[in-house]
Amino acid sequence: MTAAAEQIAECGGRGQSLRVRGGGTKFEWGTPAGDPDVVVSTAELDRIVEHNEGDLTAILEAGVPLARAQQEFASAGQMLALDPPLGAGAGATIGGVIATGDSGPLRHRYGAPRDLVLGMTVALSDGTVAKSGSRVIKNVAGYDLAKLFAGSFGTLGLILQVVVRLHPKPSQSVSAIGRSGDPDAVARGASALAHASLEKECVDVRWGGGEGAALAQLGGETAGAQAEAAARILADAGLEPAIVEDDEELWTEQRNGQRSSDRAVVRVSGLQAELARTIRVVESLGGSLVGRASLGISWVTLDPSRIGHLRRELAPFPCVVLDAPREVRASLDVWDADPSPLAQRVKHRFDPAGVFAPGTFPV
Amino acid sequence: MAHDLIEKLREACGRENVVTHPHQLRTYESDGLLRYRVTPRAVVLPGSAEEVQKVLRACHEAEVPWVARGSGTGLSGGALPVEEGIVISVNRMNRVLEVDLPNQRMVVEPGVTNLDVSKAAGPTHFYPPDPSSQIVCSIGGNVAENAGGAHCFKYGFTTNYVTGLELVLPDGELIELGGKELDRPGYDLLGAFVGSEGTLGIATKITVRIVPVPEAVRTLVAFFEHTSNAGRVVSDIVAAGIVPGAIEMMDSLAIEAAEGATHAGYPSDAGAALVVELDGSEAECEHRFKEVEKLCEGNGATSIRVAQDEDERQLIWKARKAAFAAMGRVSTHYYVQDGVIPRTRLSEVLERIDELSKEYGMPVANVFHAGDGNLHPLVCYDGHTEGEAERAEELSGKILTACVEAGGSITGEHGVGYDKKRYMPRMFEEPDFDAFQRLRCAFDPAGMANPGKVMPTPRLCGEVPGPYRQHPLEAAGIAERF
Ligand SMILES: Cc1cc2nc3c(=O)[nH]c(=O)nc-3n(C[C@H](O)[C@H](O)[C@H](O)COP(=O)(O)OP(=O)(O)OC[C@H]3O[C@@H](n4cnc5c(N)ncnc54)[C@H](O)[C@@H]3O)c2cc1C
Ligand SMILES: Cc1cc2nc3c(=O)[nH]c(=O)nc-3n(C[C@H](O)[C@H](O)[C@H](O)COP(=O)(O)OP(=O)(O)OC[C@H]3O[C@@H](n4cnc5c(N)ncnc54)[C@H](O)[C@@H]3O)c2cc1C
Repeated sequence: MTAAAEQIAECGGRGQSLRVRGGGTKFEWGTPAGDPDVVVSTAELDRIVEHNEGDLTAILEAGVPLARAQQEFASAGQMLALDPPLGAGAGATIGGVIATGDSGPLRHRYGAPRDLVLGMTVALSDGTVAKSGSRVIKNVAGYDLAKLFAGSFGTLGLILQVVVRLHPKPSQSVSAIGRSGDPDAVARGASALAHASLEKECVDVRWGGGEGAALAQLGGETAGAQAEAAARILADAGLEPAIVEDDEELWTEQRNGQRSSDRAVVRVSGLQAELARTIRVVESLGGSLVGRASLGISWVTLDPSRIGHLRRELAPFPCVVLDAPREVRASLDVWDADPSPLAQRVKHRFDPAGVFAPGTFPV
Repeated sequence: MAHDLIEKLREACGRENVVTHPHQLRTYESDGLLRYRVTPRAVVLPGSAEEVQKVLRACHEAEVPWVARGSGTGLSGGALPVEEGIVISVNRMNRVLEVDLPNQRMVVEPGVTNLDVSKAAGPTHFYPPDPSSQIVCSIGGNVAENAGGAHCFKYGFTTNYVTGLELVLPDGELIELGGKELDRPGYDLLGAFVGSEGTLGIATKITVRIVPVPEAVRTLVAFFEHTSNAGRVVSDIVAAGIVPGAIEMMDSLAIEAAEGATHAGYPSDAGAALVVELDGSEAECEHRFKEVEKLCEGNGATSIRVAQDEDERQLIWKARKAAFAAMGRVSTHYYVQDGVIPRTRLSEVLERIDELSKEYGMPVANVFHAGDGNLHPLVCYDGHTEGEAERAEELSGKILTACVEAGGSITGEHGVGYDKKRYMPRMFEEPDFDAFQRLRCAFDPAGMANPGKVMPTPRLCGEVPGPYRQHPLEAAGIAERF
């Protein structure tokens, strides 16, 4: 950690621009900017420092691949409840996942990286190495700087180490899915699931090629019975229900829907009640969608030429462009956001040398 | 100057909403922590965000520091006034602006009480963070303190439920962070604001997430000879992958006091009581509840009471919720502490507290959110005897040291405020404070928002543009530039 922090301080001192690289699976996201002077890799920061089984917490260096950490946790029947797509060779690191604020279907129950990081140590461009938070699941001492760094795309400082909260892995899971070609029915089913009193791990929605589905994963000892109840809810909403016992592939597909190698992926921060309309817009633009039904967040895959249409139709909901060819990202504002003076002041205070990934973030 | 400011406040909010009479000011001298008192210069009660803006602009121009205040139930002196400063009470801003059930959101003004938020969401939905003070405390105060409650082990804290904020920055600018939607592009300034203890600005509108009411709730209270038995049950429950809505523990002294006050039927000779509440789907609840009963029996429960109906459930909770207030029956004075430890260190820390209690000759009752490892040791002392308050405080500080040494925190939910800033160096070092200060300076470069709270030593923001001018706090010798 010391070596990485020293490298940061050196760049800061010399005014050399730098980009932090974790697994490099989402390194391309953001506004394309000129090549940085230096790429700082977290590959050496790969220690699982602690796994405190009884306390359901762990301390990880930022470069630990999420997949490796999950293996370790699974051996104790536990998990870090973050399941974003892991990219090529499952290379995504814990630092990268937190820096991008990336998440998957489990977000429904457990929240985003911001909600699962208990403490963080960062290196700033003036050589300061600072920690915030703590190593226990409940703490309100000091400012919650981990939230600020979660989703900051490596523009404030280098995340060196994090303390995360773990959860018990449900002993079993069963899913219920309801299919329909009617956007209203899909939205109705998704909303009914969202408002139902079941122990839901995930509540998702998908649409593509004139057909869609609402689906939920139920966990725990009575997962089967609860999935039956979820299927009945979906049937009542007018969908074609089915129970899926062996559901891993179902959810892998949902995650895969968040990435694309040849088209554009746009993340829409919408609302649950707008789901039917969102689906119709996506359908009219020849796109497809996966999303967290109750949270209102969707990932839309479509031809890059239709991004402008999508934004106009869905305004004022922010539509952030994630995967897209570089020339497309260079031709538009990927963030769909104006910089705010307050955010600029934050950036200036934390990165006074202005070296962290200049030009890649809306500040 | 001073007089000018008061006039401006009157113009902004109406004469009747500016309090300057010494008698009336007394109401605002302390928050829930009565040990500290400071009389403010004036108290102003704005009725809208625009009025808050006018007030903050006036304070900014006059370089007068201010403290925001909700219901004043805080237990760390967070809303303690600053000498010669203004207190800005948001009590009049208490409207529920919108209940949006389809999107599971509510929009409220900061002065709405926590309980009223949940009530407005009912009967189909509720707002999970439920501090024991929920009948009185304000949602704005909850945001500022990142308040927790008995149901936070399963459901999370205030920070996990606030999705949008309208706030006024110390220079009077009105901004919005987040909204009903999640993941707006840009830094998560909202996440940084929650828990900032009134030092970054004043929240004037709050958007929260609400969730469906669980289908079933099952509650029991089990009694044990010793807290270590109850502690083992907590560990076993967690190890079994059961996530209760709440797990709360009380030790013998707390039981004795609570039973005396509530007659809830807790055996007064019990060494520990464990309240376990499961909620969720009917089937899952039923199944898991049997497991919990078995774990209690397996760890030597002397008796178990299962709530048969809502009345009985309320009775079980009544004893737990009354525990703080009931201590008055056992001791004339007591000191509420709020430390956190990793759950696995529970028995050793309780032993250490017991040792300290004997060493000081002061009884310490323990009430805690056992799932979270959040302890509330209540240090009892005789306030009429000279020096006892100081000794109780010293003992209380040693308990915090034990918590931090076990890998925990000096505060789980009550905040640092004024009272605990001196303990901050036990958790953080100079570079950490430096990073905190960067955030504070981005929001409040002039240092007018609740100065003297949270940070162990007051500090000012460097790089103030323009020629050097002495800051009022510098002049008064209570802060220096770093
Ligand atoms: C702008 C952008 C948007 C993206 N959107 C999506 C999406 O919607 N869906 C999806 O599946 N994937 C997306 N990605 C890819 C996402 O980055 C990956 O899911 C994964 O989280 C990255 O892990 P990694 O280790 O491969 O990180 P990298 O791809 O190496 O880095 C990702 C980002 O995090 C920063 N970073 C990495 N490690 C650290 C650290 N230790 N400290 C500080 N900053 C660090 C990098 O500078 C970079 O900005 C996006 C990436 C970017 C840059
Ligand atoms: C009997 C009792 C039991 C309690 N139980 C719990 C519990 O279980 N869990 C828990 O977390 N706490 C508990 N508390 C502590 C307290 O109730 C909480 O901290 C609560 O959130 C404070 O809310 P308030 O409205 O009273 O805020 P105040 O005490 O008025 O203010 C608290 C802080 O918030 C700031 N503030 C207030 N309003 C705003 C605003 N609109 N914008 C910006 N800053 C603002 C103030 O400046 C101050 O720093 C308890 C207190 C008591 C007396």
